[in-house]
Formats: sequence, C-alpha cells, structure tokens
Amino acid sequence: MSEFSLYLLQQLINGLTIGSTYALIAIGYTMVYGIIGMINFAHGEIYMIGSYVTFIVIAGLVSMGVVSLPIILVIALIVAMFIASTYGWTVERVAYRPLRGSNRLIPLISAIGMSIFLQNYVVLSQGSRDVALPPQITGGWAFGDPSSFEVTLSYMQLMIFAMTFITMTVLTLFISRSRMGRACRACAEDLGMTNLLGINTNKIIALTFVIGAALAAIAGLLLGLYYGVVNPFVGFIAGLKAFTAAVLGGIGSIPGAVLGGLVLGVTEAMTAAFFPSEYKDVVAFSLLVTILLFRPSGLLGKPEIEKV
Amino acid sequence: MTTNKFYNAIFAAGITFILACLMIGVKLDTEGTTLAVKGATTEQWMWIFGGIGVVFLSQLFSSQIDSLFGKMPKPKLGALLPEEKKMATLKPWLLAALITVMLIWPFMVSRGSVDLATLTLIYIMLGLGLNIVVGLAGLLDLGFVAFYAVGAYTYALLSEYFGMSFWACLPISAGLAALFGFLLGFPVLRLRGDYLAIVTLGFGEIIRILLNNWTAVTGGPNGISGIAKPTLFGLEFTRRAKEEGAETFHQYFDLSYSSSYKVIFLYLIAVLLVIFVVYLINRLMRMPIGRAWEALREDEIACRSLGLNRTAIKLSAFTIGASTAGFAGAFFAARQGFISPESFIFIESAIILAIVVLGGMGSQVGVILAAIVMTILPELAREFSEYRMLLFGLLMVLMMRWRPEGLVPMKRPHLELKQQ
Repeated sequence: MSEFSLYLLQQLINGLTIGSTYALIAIGYTMVYGIIGMINFAHGEIYMIGSYVTFIVIAGLVSMGVVSLPIILVIALIVAMFIASTYGWTVERVAYRPLRGSNRLIPLISAIGMSIFLQNYVVLSQGSRDVALPPQITGGWAFGDPSSFEVTLSYMQLMIFAMTFITMTVLTLFISRSRMGRACRACAEDLGMTNLLGINTNKIIALTFVIGAALAAIAGLLLGLYYGVVNPFVGFIAGLKAFTAAVLGGIGSIPGAVLGGLVLGVTEAMTAAFFPSEYKDVVAFSLLVTILLFRPSGLLGKPEIEKV
Repeated sequence: MTTNKFYNAIFAAGITFILACLMIGVKLDTEGTTLAVKGATTEQWMWIFGGIGVVFLSQLFSSQIDSLFGKMPKPKLGALLPEEKKMATLKPWLLAALITVMLIWPFMVSRGSVDLATLTLIYIMLGLGLNIVVGLAGLLDLGFVAFYAVGAYTYALLSEYFGMSFWACLPISAGLAALFGFLLGFPVLRLRGDYLAIVTLGFGEIIRILLNNWTAVTGGPNGISGIAKPTLFGLEFTRRAKEEGAETFHQYFDLSYSSSYKVIFLYLIAVLLVIFVVYLINRLMRMPIGRAWEALREDEIACRSLGLNRTAIKLSAFTIGASTAGFAGAFFAARQGFISPESFIFIESAIILAIVVLGGMGSQVGVILAAIVMTILPELAREFSEYRMLLFGLLMVLMMRWRPEGLVPMKRPHLELKQQ
C-alpha cells in the first residue's frame, strides 16, 4: 500500500476510536429524547464526571498499592458507572421531573442551569486545571512499512472498540429482551398509554437517565484513559459532539446514534488529516446543519409528524 | 405516610452523601508525575454534612415547606401602581423623569459606577435583543453571542483597516449582524425548537473558532486592540487630538482635561442606544408582526392554518434580534477598545438567556430589571466571585421550578372595557 493510503487507514482507525465513544454518549441523548422528547443538556457534564471518578479511583487504588491493572480498571468502571448514574438520576429528579408537562423551553433552560452548576461544582471541588494520568495501557500493533509510514493500532484503541461493542450488545439485549426494556420501548411509543396500562412511567424515565449516564461514564473512562487528561470543561464540547451524532443518526434511534457517532468520528479524523485540527469542530457542526437541512429526521430516524 | 416520608428523606440524604463524597470529599492532586488523591479537610466535611442535613430536613418537611411557599403572598407589583386611567396620564411624566435622572446621574457619582452602568446598559441591549427571539417568538437561541461578536468585530475591523468612525460603523455592524442572522436563520428556522437550540449553539462555537483561527485578519486569540473611541461630531475625548490642528472635546469647550468626560460620554451613548432599542421594540410589539411572533410562539399549527408565513415571521424575529446584538457589539468594542474571542464564549450566551428568563420571557421591564440585577449583584458579591457561576446555574434551575414566568411576567398591551 502506498504511504498515503496507510495514512488514511491510520486516520480511519483514530476516527472510529473517537466515534465509538461519541456513540456511547449519544445513546444517552437519544434514549431520553425518544421517551420524553427533550434534550438532556447536562449529559455532557455527566460524561466529564465519569472521567473524574475514573481518575480518582485509579489514583486511589494505585496509592493503596493495588498493582493488577485489570482489577483497577474493573473497579474504576463499576464505581464510575455507579456515581455517574447517581448524578444522572439526580439531574432527572431535580431538573426534569418537577417540570414535566410545562412548556418545552422550561426544562431545557433548567437543564442548562444544571449543566452550568455541575461544571462549576467540579471546578470548585477539583480545580479548573488539567489533571493528567500516566498512560495505563501501553503498547499496540504496528503494521506497514516502518521506513515510510507505520499504521499503529494501540491496545487502548482495541479496548475502546471491544468495550463499545460489548456495551452495545448488552444494551440491545436489554432493550429487546428484558421486561424493563419492553417497558422502555412502550414509553417511547406512547407515554400516556403506557402509564394507563399500569407501568410506572416515572421509573422508566428515571431508568433511561440512569442508563444514559452509565454509558456516558463508560465513555468517560475510555476517553479519559485514551487522552490521559481531564478538565472540568471537556463535557461541554463532548456533549455537543455526541448530540450532533445523535441527530445525525436520527434522534430516538439507538442504532442511529451508533452510526451517527462513527460517521462523525471518521469525518472529524479525515478533516484533521487535511486541514488544521482546529477546524474539525467547524466541520462537525456544518455536518449537523447540512443533515438537518436535507434529512431532518437523520440517517436512520423516522420522519416526525406534528400533532395538534 | 410519615414513615414513607422518612424513608424518602433518608434516601435523599444518602444520595447527597454519595454525590458529595466523590467530588468534594476527595480531590485529585498532581505530585510530581504521579497522581494522588487527598481527602477533604475537616471544614469541608462539616459543609458536606451540613448540606446533607439540609437535604434530609427539606425532604422530611417538604409538604410543610411547599405550603409555606403557597401561603407566602406573591408580590403584586400591579397593586403598587395607580389604576389604569391615572397611569395613562402619568406615564409620559414618569418616563420623562426617569430619562432625566438617567442623564443627570452620571455627573454626580464616581467614574467606576458610571462604567458599571454602561456595562449594564450593554446587557440590557443584549437582553432586549434576545427577548425578541426567545421571549416573543419562542425560538430558543443559544448562540446569541455570535451576533454580538459579529457586531463587535465589524466595528473593530472597519475602524482598524479603513479608519471608519464609530457612528458610520454602528448601522453597518447592526446590518451585518442581521445579515448573519438571516443567513443562519434561513435554513435552520424550519427546524423544531430543540434542534434550533443546538444548531445556534454550534453556530456560536463556529464563529468563535473562526475568530480564533483566522489570525491574518482578526488577530486570532490576541484580538484587536486600540479600537477608536466614539467622537462627538468629530471631537475626540483624548488629551491631544490625533491629527495636527484638530481640536479635542475639552479644548473646544474650553474645559480642563478630565478622563471622566469620556466615560460619561460613552454612558450617554449607551443610554441613547437603549432608549432607541426600547422604543423600536415597543412599537414592533404592537405592530402585526409583533402579534404574529407571539401567536407563533403560542400555537404554530393554528398560525399556519390562519395563513401566516411561519418562516418569514421567525426570520424577522431572528434578524431583528441579531441586529440589536450587533448594535451592542459595536458599542462594546468601542467601549473596551480591545476585543478578543475570549469575550464571546458560550457562558455569555447563557448569561443573556438567564437575563431574559429571570426577567420574564417577553416582558421588557422585566428584562431591564434582570439585566441590572445580573450585572450589579456580581459586583456587590465580590467575595463570592468563585461561587458566582455555581449560584448562577442553581438560580436558573430554581427559577424554572418556582417562578418560570420570571420576575415581572409579561403583560400584553390591552384595553379593558368598563361595565356600565
């Protein structure tokens, strides 16, 4: 293969890595939107909190003398998912549930307030500077010609792919097979009717926030380890990107969120290959505007009918 | 029931404990190259447990607290005012008195407070502009700061590269901001509310990134400095005129030089601009277009079935709102003399939105009051400045929960027929 195509292959791998984490965050947006038709604006901050918790747990375990990496990672994952879910649940309870049934703008504004609150809460408690973690998972495979261009697939990237794949499989099974998953789908179909049929819709709505937050925490763990740094402001832009991914794939559709995340990640990586990397955000948002113009329901979404 | 409540309260306290522990209770710290965690100080733990206690008690007695809130008389501002008929005759006098006070006041107080008042007036302008878009037309715009930036950079660039004066640039800035509003609005306004929010948010970011990276023209992160100040019919407010032979303000009027003339002059321009904007919007609200904005906000489908062109109406609101931000931006650039992309971040948009929401969406008086509160309060509470944004976020959530209609709810201009 020529040098150029190897370079493109490397960008594709990088793009898919970032794209799969976007997909994980995007699922949180898409599930909440599918059921209550609102954007969970504080979702990006939950992801950021997930990253912080991961760092805290890893640093804590290392200082306690735990050396086995798998054990550290599993504990970090469990704790991050648990804490992020608690935050997600609280966001729903404080910023969304009391406002159900009011004008659409009102929960959105309260969620923006919640997002600002959480961001500054972390700034105050953890400081606003970057926190860096030494790389935990090192090494990888390299192929191609070492003299011209070598394509590397690091173990970290491999772990991101694997984790994303496992999470998606579990989520799909949960949604399609379990009793609660069926209740979720019923709520997305018709919230009022589901309520009439004796399902506690409040619980299901809280559950979607919790699941979304847990997935965001997985993304937080993976991206935190991948980049090695975290600061309180990473949630804003990541949330924006993930929302773009959710809209790109068709908001409300879980496979759509995954597809949207991957498409967005690859597009960004390819842009970064040819333009200064600052412009990759511009491209992401331009992509969002274009998609909304020509296919407002997204790649896999169903067209929405306005009802009186 | 009581035991149920008790369990609820315990549960809430437990959740608070978990949330507090993992962020306030432990702190990440870099020691050399390794990352370490530190426990919180005793004082912080006291705060955490105090907070948990508050949550526990407020959950335990939630119904009593709610009923207390219900019993609290809602402040009736309407009752303080004289009745409608008297009001109609009094109103011009009140307005005249208010404007006189606003014009005389700066000569009595210190330079710092005049400067703060000018800043407040800028936020009033921005709030009024966003109020058209969010409050009247019901379109959630989270990237309003983009138009503010367009206005500011238009003046800064025109003045730097072509030496144009502030007064010539003011309409151009507003026009260019309106053009940007039109260009963005044309494709996006067909979208549903929440999509619009995100697209405008993205647009705000794009503008900021472009300003940051287009170094050749905008100076990138360094911004543009030395922007010319406004002049009074060509009279400058500097100690010495820039050009040979030209006179400055204090020379022309034979006064001794004082830098506070400039500050007061800027303040007076801001007052003028705000009065102009308030008047304009007040007129617009009574015109068919203003009614159409509100009608569209209330029920889009009904509007369309009555034959209103929804795109044209939304677009007009968006464009007029953007042009107001352009005004404010040009003035901001002139006042600061220096602008950089740092001034146009998302949090600025959020503050303007908070002004509109706090004031009562659609209500002009409310927005003006809220802008005053939002700019003066942080100045008064300097010691709490690090908690400022935290409280700001909390306030937004609480306002939506207890008083979503804002401080001064909107009142439509109407006439009542008295029964005989």
